[in-house]
Amino acid sequence: MTLLQVRDLTVTYDGGARAVRGVDLTLAAGQKLGVAGESGCGKSTLALALLRLLPASAKVTGEVLLGGEDVLTMKWGRVRAVRWAGASIVFQGAMHSLNAVHRVGDQIAEPILLHKRATREGARRKVAELLEHVGLPAARAASYPHELSGGQRQRVMIAMALACDPELIVADEPTTALDVMIQAQILGLISRLVAEQDLGLVMISHDLAVLADTCDRLAVMYAGRVVEEGPAAQVYADALHPYGKALSGSFPTIGDPASRFAPRGLPGDPPDPAALPPGCTFHPRCPVALDVCARDDQELRPAGAGRRAACVRVGRTGAAEDVRARVRGQGREPEH
Amino acid sequence: MTTSETRKASGPGAPGSVVDARALARARRRASLARFWRSYRAHRGGLWGLGLLIVFAVVAVTAPLLAGADSQSVTDAEGGPLEGPSGRFPLGTDQFGRSVLALLVYGSRISLTVGLLAAFLCVAIGTVVGIVAGHFRGWYATVLMRITDWFLVMPTLVLAIALATVMSRSMWTVIIAIGVTTWPTTARLVRAQTLSVESRPYIERARALGGGHGHVMVRHVLPNVMPLVLAQTTMIISSAILTEATLAFLGLSDPTITSWGGMLQDAREAGAVSAGDWWYLAPPGIAIAAVALAFTLCGRAVESVLNPKLGVRS
Repeated sequence: MTLLQVRDLTVTYDGGARAVRGVDLTLAAGQKLGVAGESGCGKSTLALALLRLLPASAKVTGEVLLGGEDVLTMKWGRVRAVRWAGASIVFQGAMHSLNAVHRVGDQIAEPILLHKRATREGARRKVAELLEHVGLPAARAASYPHELSGGQRQRVMIAMALACDPELIVADEPTTALDVMIQAQILGLISRLVAEQDLGLVMISHDLAVLADTCDRLAVMYAGRVVEEGPAAQVYADALHPYGKALSGSFPTIGDPASRFAPRGLPGDPPDPAALPPGCTFHPRCPVALDVCARDDQELRPAGAGRRAACVRVGRTGAAEDVRARVRGQGREPEH
Repeated sequence: MTTSETRKASGPGAPGSVVDARALARARRRASLARFWRSYRAHRGGLWGLGLLIVFAVVAVTAPLLAGADSQSVTDAEGGPLEGPSGRFPLGTDQFGRSVLALLVYGSRISLTVGLLAAFLCVAIGTVVGIVAGHFRGWYATVLMRITDWFLVMPTLVLAIALATVMSRSMWTVIIAIGVTTWPTTARLVRAQTLSVESRPYIERARALGGGHGHVMVRHVLPNVMPLVLAQTTMIISSAILTEATLAFLGLSDPTITSWGGMLQDAREAGAVSAGDWWYLAPPGIAIAAVALAFTLCGRAVESVLNPKLGVRS
């Protein structure tokens, strides 16, 4: 069953910044989709657009079908009902997403009471249940956010996201501020909960390795567009788009001496969304750009089983191999 | 079993607890009051302020018992004009021969009532306007703030005098005059704090989980601006007491009731300043300062108890 379908979503901020430019995504129940990319490539804007949380000045077009209903054309009351009950968000900074003056138990109960899912007494029981679900003692409900550690706070945020039994969870950089041990715990927790309750998960991160480890499918975004999509392991291990390649190349392989000496990564910054370069938006940074890239925009095109990529070299005979060879060559050059 | 034990036993997660929900809520409220008092006790200054306020409040409530019901009467005055302190009149007498101590006791009623009610009115208007103007962006917020600015640039005293002249002479006139003229500062402060609170991620979270305008304003913004509002209230109470004194001094309050400001005016008119009759001048002035100080001390203690981030002992 298709849980979430995003069709040709575009978001233009006040001032002409085109943060999201025509994104198509599909997510089935029980599936985990990772959205990767650098800062400023439209990941968070995409997440906020899913629940219509963008400021009124932002222009949003396209369709966001959540369980078959278009979020973008819903009535205001319906949007409020869908928020959290249909889809919830695990926000980036748990410290800042929790109100410092309320006890965490009350904050977890907030959506339950707001959506009139239970009485106060029922909400309290549900909070205790949720806290134990995310691995915190129920007594922690009486704590204030500042009395918890970063990992505990993120657990509270996850408990809150589950409070109204949503079908979809959008996790916007859920582990960014945490150390790797806690990060692994939180990711394990999210994976377990998603599997147990058959939820859909959209996880947003700049950390491709984390996404590849947690998600089934990966979408790599660049300058407001999905430039590569496919099964997580394949995209991580063998990206077709030069940007995806650079992104996965920026993680050294532990224990591999070669990756210790080869400087990876991509020089330059993502383009200003208000003044995008002509043609393929990636061509000024692309190590394998052709003349045609500066002229023609590249659409997503099929690239093998369940994979799509937006590169001129993809889909042509031998071109993909060509890209791989040349990107690899670039990475290795300083060795010689 | 004490209430706190009951609470623990039937707290969140305890299976099969069949306790009456209302009794539980009452117990919790009692427990949270006890918790509040325990934290409050840790503030020495707050205790001094509270003690001082209780003394003033008791004095105000029991004024007829302490000073005698007819001690404000000009015709039945017992002493001679402007007598110095003595065993019979501990703070001397005024120009009509009334005991200054008795007047001081009666004056506390007016000063406290006017100060509290005017401050409450001012803070209530200011908080509502501030939060609404900070939460809703757009032209209506702009209009609201321009109205606030208009009240802000109006000289408070002149507006209060105008209001006090137009309306009938009573204590309520003074309260309304002070309340209506002092709210813009509170509104501006609250609006600034609201804007800062509204930009924090938990407001976005509150909207994401389906909260409407009312929910965001009451549950998230209000508790976060409350410490500021409380601090502002203590300052407004002292300044309201001062404004009341000023208006009384200018002869705009009800002349039939005794207030500390009115006493100062009487003292000036009676020539107490040039005659050096300190017992007539100093007590009302010291009383005004003491009440203002007491409110400030209490306000600071309450603020640090209510704001968990300031810590229990600060």
